[in-house]
Amino acid sequence: MTHILIRGGRVIDPSRGTDGVADVLLGDGRILAVGRGVAAPEGALVIEAAGKVVAPGLIDLHVHLREPGQEDLETVASGAMAAAAGGFSAVCAMPNTDPVTDNQAAVGFIVSQAQRAGKARVYPIGAVTLGQRGEQLAEFGELVGAGAVAVSDDGKPVGSSHMMRTALEYARTFGIPVANHCEEMSLALGGAMHEGLISTRLGLKGIPAAAEEIMVARDIILAELTGGHVHLCHMSTRGSVELIRRGKERGIRVTAEATPHHFSLTHDRCAGYDTNAKMNPPLRESKDVDAIRQGLKDGTIDVIASDHAPHHYDAKEREFDLAPNGIIGLETALGVAIRDLVEPGILTLPELIDRMSTRAARIFNLPGGTLAVGAPADVLVLDPTERWVVRPETFRSKSRNTPYGGAELVGRAHQTVVRGRIAFDISAP
Amino acid sequence: MPVDAGVPSLGKDLIGLETLSAAQIQFILDTAEPFKEVSERAIKKVPALRGKTIVNLFFEASTRTRISFEFAEKRLSADTVNVATQGSSVSKGETLVDTARNLEAMRIDMVVIRHGASGAAQFLGDRIESNVINAGDGKHEHPTQALLDMLTLRDKFGRIAGLKVAVCGDILHSRVARSNIWGLIKLGAEVGVCGPPSLLPRGIEELGVTVLPRIEDAIAWADALNVLRLQLERMQAGFIPSLREYNRVFGVTRDRLSRAPKDLVILHPGPMNRGVEIDSDVADGEHSVILPQVTNGVAVRMAVLYLLAGGTGAAAAAARGEAA
Repeated sequence: MTHILIRGGRVIDPSRGTDGVADVLLGDGRILAVGRGVAAPEGALVIEAAGKVVAPGLIDLHVHLREPGQEDLETVASGAMAAAAGGFSAVCAMPNTDPVTDNQAAVGFIVSQAQRAGKARVYPIGAVTLGQRGEQLAEFGELVGAGAVAVSDDGKPVGSSHMMRTALEYARTFGIPVANHCEEMSLALGGAMHEGLISTRLGLKGIPAAAEEIMVARDIILAELTGGHVHLCHMSTRGSVELIRRGKERGIRVTAEATPHHFSLTHDRCAGYDTNAKMNPPLRESKDVDAIRQGLKDGTIDVIASDHAPHHYDAKEREFDLAPNGIIGLETALGVAIRDLVEPGILTLPELIDRMSTRAARIFNLPGGTLAVGAPADVLVLDPTERWVVRPETFRSKSRNTPYGGAELVGRAHQTVVRGRIAFDISAP
Repeated sequence: MPVDAGVPSLGKDLIGLETLSAAQIQFILDTAEPFKEVSERAIKKVPALRGKTIVNLFFEASTRTRISFEFAEKRLSADTVNVATQGSSVSKGETLVDTARNLEAMRIDMVVIRHGASGAAQFLGDRIESNVINAGDGKHEHPTQALLDMLTLRDKFGRIAGLKVAVCGDILHSRVARSNIWGLIKLGAEVGVCGPPSLLPRGIEELGVTVLPRIEDAIAWADALNVLRLQLERMQAGFIPSLREYNRVFGVTRDRLSRAPKDLVILHPGPMNRGVEIDSDVADGEHSVILPQVTNGVAVRMAVLYLLAGGTGAAAAAARGEAA
C-alpha cells in the first residue's frame, strides 16, 4: 500500500491535546508516525501542508443518505463522497430509509454500499422500533452485530415514555446510545417554523421551544432512571441547553449535538417563505443561537452534526406549509463552523476539531477522532482561512437544498484521507 | 409603469399591507372613492381594464370575496376566468408552480389568488410576470378585506388616524386580523386585539397592538369593533371549550354594547355565526356597517385592479368621467 506523508502542517489532535507543526505518515491504513522530520518512504505520496491544518477526519453523527428508497435524492455513495468533500471521514446514517433500517439485513446493505463506494465511512444507525412506529423494539443485538453504532427513530420521536425507558435499558447490553429527536408531538403538530414574532407575521403555525424542551427533560429523567446513554439530536433552544447542562452536572449519561444552521441562522430566515429555511427543529431566535454557541464552548453540547437532509428541488419549490423539512449540510458544515464559531472567538480551532471529530468518536464509540500512532488513517487537511463562496451546483451531494447558496464561508477541506486512501482532494476534479 | 410625480406605485403585486407604506394605502383608498359611484349607476361599467385578462384562482371556498372580485373585474371591463380547484388540474395533483406557469403561458395579465397556505400569493408573485393579488393566503394576509374595512371606517368617521379599533375573536388563525393590524397602524389608528389567550398569537404585542383581555374592555376602549368569525373547527382542535361559552364570555351582544360609553361602529368580514361571536340584534342593528363593507369591497377591489394594471388616481377619475 502506498504511504502518504503529510508534511509541515499544523497538526491538531484533540485526543492527545497536541497542536504544533509536524509531519504525519500514513501507511497500511494506519497512522505510522507523527513528528518533525519524518522521512518519506520510497514511493510515498507527499502532501505539502505548510499553512494548512492537519486533523483527525471529521465525524458526523447525524446524516440522511436516502438509500434505500429515495436514491434520486442521495445514495450511500453520493453521500459518502459529499462527506469526504466536506472533510468528513465518517458519517452515521439515520434509519429513516424506505424500508426502514430496522433489521440486520438493512444495516448490512448500508455497510456493503459504503464499502463499495470507498469514500467516507458510513456507520448505520438502526431504528429503535420496527418501522419507526413506536410500537415494538427492533432487535438491537442483531442491528449492532451487522454494524449499527446507535439506535434512533429519527424524525419520529419515541413518544411513549415506556418505550423510551425500555430502549435505554435494553441498549445498555450493547453499549450503544439511544439517539432521540426531541419533539412533543401534540405541541408541535402541524407547525412549520419556530413559534414567535416571525411566525405570527407570516401566519405560519409555530413550533414552540417548549415542544423540544419537554422531551429533552423527559429523556434526561429517563436516562437517570435507567442508567442508559441518551443522545439528544440537533438541540435548538436555550432551554434545552440549560436542561442538558443541569443533567450533566448531576452525572447523567446525556450527550447532545447541534447543527451548523442552529448556531448560525435564526427564524428571520423564514421571511419571504424561503423553504430552504424550513427544518425541524426549526430555526430559532438569536438568544437560542447564542445559547447553542455557549453550549458548544463549555461542552454542554458535545458535538456538531449536520443533519444532512437531501430533498429534491421540486419538493422545496412549493408552499411553505407543504415543503419538507431539512437542508443538506455535509459540504458546508466546516465552513459555517469556522466562520461562526472560530472567527468570532467562541471556539479555538482545536476545540472545533474536538467537537467535530474527537468527541464524536468518543460518544458513539467509533474508530478515529485521533492522530495517535496506530489509529486508523482517517485524516483531514484543511485550509482554516480560505474564504469561499458556496455554489450548490458544484456539490457532490445529489441535492441542492441549502440556505447557504451564495454565502461566503471560511475554511475548507483540501484533502480527506479515509483508511489511508485519499477520498477527496480539492485539486482533483 | 407611468406614474405621476408624487403618486406611489403599488409595485407588481398586492400581497399584503405589511409591505405597503401609509401613502400607498391611502392612495388605494382615495382611488376607490370614484369607483364607488360606478356601482350606483344603471350601467355599471367603465372601460378601464378593457382587453385585460384576469384569472380568479380560488383554492379555498369563497363566496363573498370571489364574487366581489368578479364584479370589480367586470365593472372595469376585464375578461375574467374563474378557476376553482374542484374539477381543475389542481385536483389531479398539479403543483402551484405548474398551475402558475400554465396560466402564464396563456398570456394572462393578472391573477387573483385565494389559497389555504400562508405565503402562496407571494410564491406565485415571485414566479410569474403577471400581477398577483392576494385574496387571502392561509393565516397570513387578506389585504383587500382590510382595505374595505378601512374605507368603511373612513366613510363613517371621516378619518382613520386617531381611531381606536378593536379586532375581536380568533386572532391566531386570522389573515383579516393581520391585514387590519398593519393597515390601521400605518394610517395612524390605535389597534386593540381581544380574544381568548388561546387564540392570540405569540408576540402580537410586538406588532404595536394593545391586548384587551376581555370583550368588556374592548367595548369600553374602542370606537369600532371588527368582529371576526369564530370557526367551529377551533372548538374541535381544543382552542376553546364550546361556542356557547365563547358567546357568553366573548360574544358581542346588545347588552354589553349598551354599557359602552359611546356608540360603537360594528364591522364583520363575514360570513357571520349569528349567536356566536355576534348577536343578531347587533349585526342587524343601527351601528352595524356590515353591508356597507360589502359594497365598499367592490370599489376597493376595482381600485386595486386598476392601480396594479398601471392606472393612476387621476386617471381613475377620468375613467369615471369618460364613461359618465
